[in-house]
Amino acid sequence: MSAPEKNSVTERLDALYEFDREPVTQDKLQGAGSFIGMYAGEHVAGTEFVIGPLFVAHGVAAIDLFLGLLVGNILAVLSWAFLCAPIAVRTRLTLYWLLRKITGPYLTFVYSIVNALMFCFLAGAMISVSATAIGLPFHMPMPQLTDLYPTSVSWVVIVLVIGALFTSLAILGFEKLAHFAAVCSPWMFLVFVAAAVAVLPTLGCNSFGDFWRVANEKIWTGVPLAGQSKFTFWHVMFFAWFCNMAMHIGMSDLSVLRYAKKWQYGFASAFGMFLGHYTAWIASGILCAAALGSVAPGPIAYLGAGVAGVVCVVLAGWTTANPTLYRAGLALQVATPNWKRWKVTLAAGMVTTTAALFPALVMRLLDFVALYGLLLMPMGAVIFADYWILPKLGLKRNYAELAGLLFSWPAAAAWGISLLVVFMLPIEIFFKGLPGWFISVFLYTVLSLLIQKKSSVIPASEA
Amino acid sequence: MKKILILLSFLALCLTIIPAFFVFYGAASWNTHSTIMFAGMVIWFATAPFWLGKKKNG
Repeated sequence: MSAPEKNSVTERLDALYEFDREPVTQDKLQGAGSFIGMYAGEHVAGTEFVIGPLFVAHGVAAIDLFLGLLVGNILAVLSWAFLCAPIAVRTRLTLYWLLRKITGPYLTFVYSIVNALMFCFLAGAMISVSATAIGLPFHMPMPQLTDLYPTSVSWVVIVLVIGALFTSLAILGFEKLAHFAAVCSPWMFLVFVAAAVAVLPTLGCNSFGDFWRVANEKIWTGVPLAGQSKFTFWHVMFFAWFCNMAMHIGMSDLSVLRYAKKWQYGFASAFGMFLGHYTAWIASGILCAAALGSVAPGPIAYLGAGVAGVVCVVLAGWTTANPTLYRAGLALQVATPNWKRWKVTLAAGMVTTTAALFPALVMRLLDFVALYGLLLMPMGAVIFADYWILPKLGLKRNYAELAGLLFSWPAAAAWGISLLVVFMLPIEIFFKGLPGWFISVFLYTVLSLLIQKKSSVIPASEA
Repeated sequence: MKKILILLSFLALCLTIIPAFFVFYGAASWNTHSTIMFAGMVIWFATAPFWLGKKKNG
């Protein structure tokens, strides 16, 4: 499919991302400190208050949790460092522009819409997280682990108010909020740790020598709560590895790491993983056990840190929801011709708030996060294959751009078929990402080989 | 001025984390811990925004 004339979707997309169309110049590159700060800040967020307790609810044993998180987070860091960062520093393009060159504007448009919807649901979960804190002084009945639908009128009212507030703030501006999020991060991390340490005596742990015994007997007992599936080392490891799959293997962080002076700055992600996805998950798991299995973030944070804990939950939800809402609005803007940015963000906010009304979004956060990464991952696999494998086969990178294609069939087929295959595999969602990546790489490579060898648009020798 | 702000922010972080260890070792009550944490929070947000995170990735 090719067309020499401009079309409205392409023009709208390009206009939207015009400001970062060119590769980053040398004078804009940043040192390792920027990336350490960014990763540490981004991964101590509202989701951390939910994920730790959900591991407890799923009956993870202590040894499985500590080892699973260790191995999974190391694999996540290696994915950032060896898959995402090397391409980022070589191309210095955003994910959008690189995808556009490889897959054409139409497929990039579809990717943007899927991404926007996932962002809306993620922001919705953060509104729910904040609602559990705001609802405390109003004696709102907290949603339980098995709740799927709105549980009370007060829940609905509080979610709607918070949704309206977060959406209004996202419309008002992004830069100041991004700055505020950076300010919150160090304090929020210490609130997580302090709250967990303060509740340990209530679990019978009065010295650090007691910790491992209490961890096994009272916190990560290996016994799931009623109605919850049992998680093993493998669940924890794969979840820790793939919960940010959209960012590392899915290549979303090309847009960030393109500013890195060296590809080794991908290792800065270790600060986010081991502060947020190790320490904070363990801390929130301890809080959940002290709250006798409650997973509602507001009450468990209050139990450990009082009013500061409640404020931490609200801010964690807010600082995660706002940039997410902003990005959702940005991605949705391509589908809403001539709409002002505020109107698009308002629409994204309405979708987000509606989603937040359903506690299932938070209570099934592990599944949602896994699905989010899985849906976007194949395009990262396409980028990987396009950059590293195709030239070795004598094929061209960025074929859609070279041939003037609006839509890349090899990329679309790799995306669609790999998802179809992994969804049919009789394994849990946490494990589907790994086979999915290999299937995507294989399909894109083989289909590119067929299409490019057959095509007379560009001589195959022009590498 | 910036140095004083940084010092106060550091103090705020100490007020956030240290009382929890006193509770852990039985040297302070939970109420004292939560009150001091609250004070730490107020000091942190009154000082840190003026010096932290001003520069952002593009």
